[in-house]
Amino acid sequence: MNISFHLNGRPVTVRVPSGKRVVDVLRQDLNLTGTKEACGSGECGACTILVEGRARLSCLMLAVQLKERHVVTIEGLASGGLLHPVQEAFVEYGAVQCGFCTPGMILAAVDLLKRNPLPSGEEIREAVSGNLCRCTGYARIVDAILAASRRMARGKKR
Amino acid sequence: MMASDSPLEIGSAFPRQDAVAKVLGREKFAADYYDQNPLWAGVKRAGIPHGRLKAIHTEAALTVPGVVCVLTHRDIRGSNRQGVVRKDQPVLVDSKVRHCGDPVALVVAETKEALERALRRIALDIKVLPAVSDILEALDAKSPRIHEDHENGNLLLHGTLEKGRVEQAFQECAHRVEAWFHLPWQEHAYLETEAGWAVLQKDGEVTLVASTQTPFRDRAEVADALGLDLHKVRIVAPFCGGAFGGKDGITVQSLLALAAIHCPGRAVKMWWDREESFIAGAKRHRAMIYYRAGATASGVLHALEAKLYYDTGAYDHLGGVVMALGLEHAGGPYRIPHSRIQAFSVYTNNPVSGAFRGFGVPQVNGALEQIMDMLAEAAGQAPVAFRRRHAVRRGDINAIGVTVQGSTGIQACLDTLVESASWKAMKAFKAREIPFKRRGVGIACVMHGMGYGPVVPDVAHAKIELQTSGQFCVFCGVVDMGQGNAATCLQIAGHILNQDMPRMALVLPDTQKTLPCGSSSASRTTYTYGNALIAAACALKKRILQYAGELWMVPDEKEVLLVPGAVRHLPSGREMALADLAKGLNPSERVATARFRAPVSREMPVKDPALRLHGIPHVIFSYGVHAAGVEVDTLTGQVQVKKYMAVSDCGRILNPQLIRQQIEGAIAQGIGYALQEAVIVERGVMKTKDFSTYILPCALDVPEMETAYVELEEDSGPFGMKGAGEVGMDGPLPAIGNAVADAIGARIFHYPLTPERVLAAMDPNEKTGQKG
Ligand code: FES
Ligand code: FES
Repeated sequence: MNISFHLNGRPVTVRVPSGKRVVDVLRQDLNLTGTKEACGSGECGACTILVEGRARLSCLMLAVQLKERHVVTIEGLASGGLLHPVQEAFVEYGAVQCGFCTPGMILAAVDLLKRNPLPSGEEIREAVSGNLCRCTGYARIVDAILAASRRMARGKKR
Repeated sequence: MMASDSPLEIGSAFPRQDAVAKVLGREKFAADYYDQNPLWAGVKRAGIPHGRLKAIHTEAALTVPGVVCVLTHRDIRGSNRQGVVRKDQPVLVDSKVRHCGDPVALVVAETKEALERALRRIALDIKVLPAVSDILEALDAKSPRIHEDHENGNLLLHGTLEKGRVEQAFQECAHRVEAWFHLPWQEHAYLETEAGWAVLQKDGEVTLVASTQTPFRDRAEVADALGLDLHKVRIVAPFCGGAFGGKDGITVQSLLALAAIHCPGRAVKMWWDREESFIAGAKRHRAMIYYRAGATASGVLHALEAKLYYDTGAYDHLGGVVMALGLEHAGGPYRIPHSRIQAFSVYTNNPVSGAFRGFGVPQVNGALEQIMDMLAEAAGQAPVAFRRRHAVRRGDINAIGVTVQGSTGIQACLDTLVESASWKAMKAFKAREIPFKRRGVGIACVMHGMGYGPVVPDVAHAKIELQTSGQFCVFCGVVDMGQGNAATCLQIAGHILNQDMPRMALVLPDTQKTLPCGSSSASRTTYTYGNALIAAACALKKRILQYAGELWMVPDEKEVLLVPGAVRHLPSGREMALADLAKGLNPSERVATARFRAPVSREMPVKDPALRLHGIPHVIFSYGVHAAGVEVDTLTGQVQVKKYMAVSDCGRILNPQLIRQQIEGAIAQGIGYALQEAVIVERGVMKTKDFSTYILPCALDVPEMETAYVELEEDSGPFGMKGAGEVGMDGPLPAIGNAVADAIGARIFHYPLTPERVLAAMDPNEKTGQKG
């Protein structure tokens, strides 16, 4: 079946079985391997993408659910050669180790900051509690998201 | 933090160079290879813990549309055996099934769906044998043998270290404590499960991309197991999406290479799902540990006895070496005049255990540091004071009779802890009473040996090239599994050559391009490769300066300085771009290589050649002290770690950001190990299959962590550093265990400390049991 949607700001059409998982469509058919899979059952958050701006688990979505939607994957977050402030903060604050949880973690953070631009540390921990990271112990991730939120808030005021 | 265009300097908190590609989703992990529209490979696993293979029925699978081939042991031309020390593990089962995860048939198909369908249609005819799943039962002479050819039955390896006269020493003690501890299996749970991609090239070479810590050893193992020419196997090792020891040893490699050689011209991909990773991936060894310790009337630590039993599962993997490291560390960083420590690594039909950050030490230290608290209490001393009194100093003889050499910061770590604001805050935390909660504080000392020990050469070869672009390229043959050693390599070379990050390039491990370096493991990665790289970078620097000096006809090269992107003649201020200079050199002049072998102990605390081969003794140790503040909910039994501090002695710090990542990450894994992670295996059958039953710490389970460092100079280390990858893993379990005991007034000997166990321990009517 042909499925058309907006991916990282551009219209795309893929020809895939309607029951194919979104994570497979992205990784295999569209070669966007920034979206990771680490459990395949909705328990780790590694496959997080943004659908209509909200964080969704692409391992639990079927291709047909993408129809006419606006989708952002980690590859579409930076714009004009500049990192998104959350990406920038992840680099700067040491929130990245192996990096396999990173795309999902960043997109979960982007979703959070859209809903709650100045979250507390506790709110951040709550918001990313569905995103597992085996490397960092989360402290640097929380710091990075806090820093990004402040930076983004300042940017808006200007 | 430094801007990315300032010259790289040792000691600065540079952001990791790999982080940018990772936040952009551009870094290509082994799991991300879909090149050349690959076929999918997967294995049919035995599904029973012990048996004899009678027949494999593949006919039905072969009729599934899209199936390319089904391979069995009959298709293997080589030894069909893999393993690091004992080669006891088949690529595909040929006679005996020894655990549920044993691979029996390999299927290659056009799609994942066809692969799954075909795997379901393979029927195995296996004569079931009684399974051995209990450690002590396995040692019983009447138990079924798991490896008939192994002379010691189900005992893979054992060892004893003895010092002084233990029995008599215990008689002399006024205070004695003893206990059995039960430590669970721990799953690595790296987010990137075992993955790889392979293709047979036209010239007969198998190119294999794998998520591995050990590309060079893999190459030899794959070649031997499959009967291939070593030089016809090329292993490429991208950044791992986590490994922690679980990718130290073959996972997908031989299977993928076998698939590739039977599907010429087609690429093949294999990627275990999470359940398969639970079933077939190596674990941290489950262990049963007995300790007895005694102190004199004046409270001096006088005698120690320990018995360590490790369940290595169906294969050696690295089980013997893990046991030996535990044995060596069982006396901790203490002066103990009399000790006897015995260790046993035992084959069972349980899942395979192998390397996992800490490598046998988290188990023993988990028990030892609680015994130290128990003994301190019996002798009427505070935990900190007792440890300060007995902690080793340079030149001491340690608990197993080895001279303490190299930088030794355990005393300094203890001093730093007690003087810190965090320690005072922890005491204040404990003093505050909250309804239905009990609070406690606990500490634990840690030490961790580095490298392979006295026999197995701990060697790395570094290579660095000045490219015609003017960039310096580091050929790093040791894997970056997430710890950031690749970035540290660039920092080391950049520091020596006075370059910034944009002027540095990196080639990740590739058996064709980089030189052999050994494994990314054993806290040796940066230490061993870093030392080799220093020598290579210095040689190249000298050559460049000499060349420029000769070109400019100056009296000696001391007048020439490397600056970012150029060389400068200091007296005249004249400069030449490195890109121009490089063009004047011929290709071999632009490359420098160097080799480093880590120092080894010259002492012989043990004559047993097997123990020396398995790594005893080490000569360089990192140290630390961990302190945890916990809150126990008296209604639910839930334990929350509220405060945490770790003081570490890992020598000088090359990049503060990276060592903090290592220590914090290890603490989080240790919190999981202590409180919530439990792999459930029933009579050899894995019951834990996903993250809904195996509960990893999430952001709500890990507190803010305070980390501090005692930066003693390690003379043999690159810029004075020592390994930092594992030492942080040895502390959390006992620190938390001691804190919980402090909170509830009872000690629990079975880990993890689940709410049920904690509630039972608090209930005066229920016994926690000292014996297992
Ligand atoms: S892969 Fe989708 S939640 Fe884990
Ligand atoms: S950085 Fe490795 S899992 Fe998060």
